[in-house]
Amino acid sequence: MTATTESASRSGLPGLLYSETENELRAAVRGLLGDRAAWPDVLARTETADTCDTGLWRALAADLGCAGLVIGEEHGGAGASWREAAVVAEETGRHTAPVPFLGSAVTATAAALAAGDAGLLSGLAAGEVTAALAVPFPAASFSVPAPTVAVGALRDGDPPGVQRLTGTVTTLIDALPATVLLVPADGVPAALYAVPAGAEGVTLTPAVSLDMTRQLADLTLDGAPGRRIAAGDAAAAAVRAGLVAGAVLLASEQLGLAERCLEMTVAYVKERKQFARPVGSFQALKHRLADLWTGVTQARAAARYAAACLADGDPDLPVAVALAKAACSDIALKAAQECIQLHGGIGFTWEHPAHLYLKRAKSSATGYGTADRHRATLAALAGLPPAGQA
Amino acid sequence: MLTGAGQDTAAALGDQVTAFLAEHDPAATEPLEFLRARFDAGLAWVHYPAGLGGQGLPRSLQTAVDAQFAAAGAPGNHPERIGIGLGMAAPTLLAFGTPEQQHRWLRPLWTGEEVWCQLFSEPGAGSDLANLSTRATADGSVWTVNGQKVWTSSAHLARWALLVARTDPSLPKHQGLTYFVCDMTDPGVEVRPLRQATGEAEFNEVFLTGVQIPDDQRLGEVGQGWQVSTATLMNERVSIGGGALPREGGLIGLAARAWREQPGQRTPGLHDRLLRLWADAEVARLAGERLRQSLAAGQPGPEGSAAKLVFARLNQEISEFEVELAGEDGLRYDDWTMRRPERVSFLDRGTGYRFLRCKGNSIEGGTSEILRNIIAERVLGLPPEIRVDKNVPWKDLPR
Repeated sequence: MTATTESASRSGLPGLLYSETENELRAAVRGLLGDRAAWPDVLARTETADTCDTGLWRALAADLGCAGLVIGEEHGGAGASWREAAVVAEETGRHTAPVPFLGSAVTATAAALAAGDAGLLSGLAAGEVTAALAVPFPAASFSVPAPTVAVGALRDGDPPGVQRLTGTVTTLIDALPATVLLVPADGVPAALYAVPAGAEGVTLTPAVSLDMTRQLADLTLDGAPGRRIAAGDAAAAAVRAGLVAGAVLLASEQLGLAERCLEMTVAYVKERKQFARPVGSFQALKHRLADLWTGVTQARAAARYAAACLADGDPDLPVAVALAKAACSDIALKAAQECIQLHGGIGFTWEHPAHLYLKRAKSSATGYGTADRHRATLAALAGLPPAGQA
Repeated sequence: MLTGAGQDTAAALGDQVTAFLAEHDPAATEPLEFLRARFDAGLAWVHYPAGLGGQGLPRSLQTAVDAQFAAAGAPGNHPERIGIGLGMAAPTLLAFGTPEQQHRWLRPLWTGEEVWCQLFSEPGAGSDLANLSTRATADGSVWTVNGQKVWTSSAHLARWALLVARTDPSLPKHQGLTYFVCDMTDPGVEVRPLRQATGEAEFNEVFLTGVQIPDDQRLGEVGQGWQVSTATLMNERVSIGGGALPREGGLIGLAARAWREQPGQRTPGLHDRLLRLWADAEVARLAGERLRQSLAAGQPGPEGSAAKLVFARLNQEISEFEVELAGEDGLRYDDWTMRRPERVSFLDRGTGYRFLRCKGNSIEGGTSEILRNIIAERVLGLPPEIRVDKNVPWKDLPR
C-alpha cells in the first residue's frame, strides 16, 4: 500500500501527491520540451504559417506515448490514468508548448473513449490520428451549445454509415493540426461524427488569436462526409466527457504555467538590481511573490483533486472540476500578470516570454468555462441558491 | 509506505498495546495511574526514546497506537489542554534538555499532571522576538529574572513555563539570550488576564519580579537562547494523525447554513462572495489534506506557512460575510462578560464574536506579514531584509 492511498483512506479523499511514475513521466516530458520548446522557439513559431510544431507533437505523442496515456492497452494505449495525463498537461502548460495535447490527447480522446470508437482510439494511441472536438473553446460541459452543423442529403456511392454534414463551428483549439474532427451535428437523432480533416467540403480557417501558441480556427463543413461514432444521449455524453476532461486537464496546464511564471519571476528579482540592491530584497515584491506561491499551493491541491476524481470516476467530479478550473484560471492569470509587472519594462517587450504566458493564461481562463461560470455551478452542486430562488 | 519490516513493527506494537491493556484494565485503573504506566511502557509517543515514553520508532506508527487505546476506552491525556507542553515544550526538552531534565519533566507533561506555557512575547518584542528585554542575572547557581511577558495562553493553569530572557545586553540581540524553565509557582510570578476585543481573556500578561530560577533549569548554554527558541517555534504541532475536516466543516459551513436558512437576506453580490468563499475554503481544505499526505509520506514541505496565511484570510472574510448576511441580528452580540475560556471554539458563538476573534488569526502565531517574509526568504530564496540591528549591541539599539 502506498503512502498516498493509505492516508487517503483515512480522510476519505484521494491521494493528492505525485507518484514516482508521474515524476518520471514529468522528467521525460520536461526533457523533451526543454530541448524543443524553449521559449525563443515557441515565440518564433507564433509568427510562422504553421503555428503547431508537428515534429514535436509526434515526439511527444508517439515516441513518448503521451497521446495514448489514458487509452486502454487493448487499443494500443498505455492504460495509465488521467492523473498521469494531468502531469503531462502541467508540462505542456509550463512550456506553452505549441502541440495539440489538450485538444487531441485530452478532449477528443475523452470523447472517443466515451463513444467507445475502437478505430479512432487505436489511431489516437499510435499517434497516427490527431483529433479535435468541434465545439467552441469557451464551451463547458454544463453549457454545451446546440450543434451548429446539420445533416444533409447523401450523395451517390456514399457507403453505409456516412452522412453529409454542413455548417460552421467557430473558435476551435488544436483543429489546425488535426487529421480527424469530431463534429456534433443536429438530426434525428443528434449525433457525433468523425470527419477526416482532409476530406472534400472541410475548410479550416486559421484565426488571428490572442494566444498564437494555441491558434484557433473556424470550421466550415459543406457536405463533408462524417462517420457516426455516437448518437443521441451517447453523443451528448461523449461531448460532455470531452469537455469535462478538457477542463480538468486545462486546470493542470494552467498550474504548470503559473509555476513557470513564479519561478521565472523569482529568479529575475534575485538578479535585477535597482537602488544598489536586488529588487527581490524589497518587501513589497517579496510579499507579492509569497502570496503568489501561496496561491499556487492551493491551486495544485485543486488540480490534483480534479485529476484524481476524473481518474477514479468519483461522483464528486462536478465539484472538483469547478474548484480546479476556477482556482487554476485565477492563479495562472495572476502569475502571468505578476510576471510582467515584477519584470518591469523588459516584461512588457516582445523579446521576453512573459507576454506568451499572459496570452495563454487569459485565453485559457475563457477556455472550457470561465472561473465565474464554474463557480456558478457550485450554487446547485453545493446547495447555495442565488438571491430570489428558494 | 510500510515495508515488510515496518509492518512487523506495527504488528508488534499492536501486540504490546493489547498486552498492556490486559494488564491495565482501562475501566478499573485510576486514569492518572493508567497514563503513567502507559508512559513507562513506552507507548506514550513511540517516536520518543526508550525511557522517555517511547521506543525510538517512526512517528507515523503513533496513530495506530492512539487509535487502539481510544477503541479500548482508555483514559486520554486531553491534548487540547496541554498543547503547548506536547507541541512545544516536549520537543525542546528532548532536543536541548539534560537527561535529568528530561526525566524530571516529560512524564508529568505527557500525562497532563503539569501544564506548560510559553513566556516569549513581550510588549516590546512581538514580531521582533529577539528584541526582548526581560533580564536574567546570575548570582552563583541561581538566576534572578525581571520583566514582562504577554500573550501567554494557559499561564493561569501552568506549572512550568518556557522562558527566554536576556542575559547579556552588551551582545547583539540574538546572541545575548538564554533559555530557562520557569517555575510558575514562584512568588515573583504574577499572572493577569489579558482581555481581548471579544470581551473574554484567552491570554495573560505575566509579570516577573525577582523570580528565582536555579541554573539546573537552564535549557542549552548561556547565550544559546535564540537557537533553543527557534527550535521551540519550529515545533508547531503537526497533526499527522488527525484527518481532514469534512466539507463545510469549518467556518464556511456556518455561512452556508445561514445562507440556506435565510433566503430573505440573499443578494446577488453576497451570492458571488459566498461562492468564492466556498470554493476557496474547499480548495484550502484540499491543500490541507495534501499537506497531511506529504507529511505522512515523510516528505514534509513548506506548505504549512501557506495554509496559515490562507486560513487567516478566509476566516476573516467568511466572518465578515456572516455579519453582513445576518442583517439586524448581526448588530447584536452574544456576551461581553469577561471570561477565561477553557477552550476556544469559533463554532458555538455568535457572528459578532467570530468577526472579532478572526482578526487575531492574522496576528497570533506569526503575523501574516512575517509569514510572507518567511515564505519569500526560506521557500523562494529571496534576499533577506536589510538588518540594521544585527551587529549592534542590544543595549545600544534605539527603542
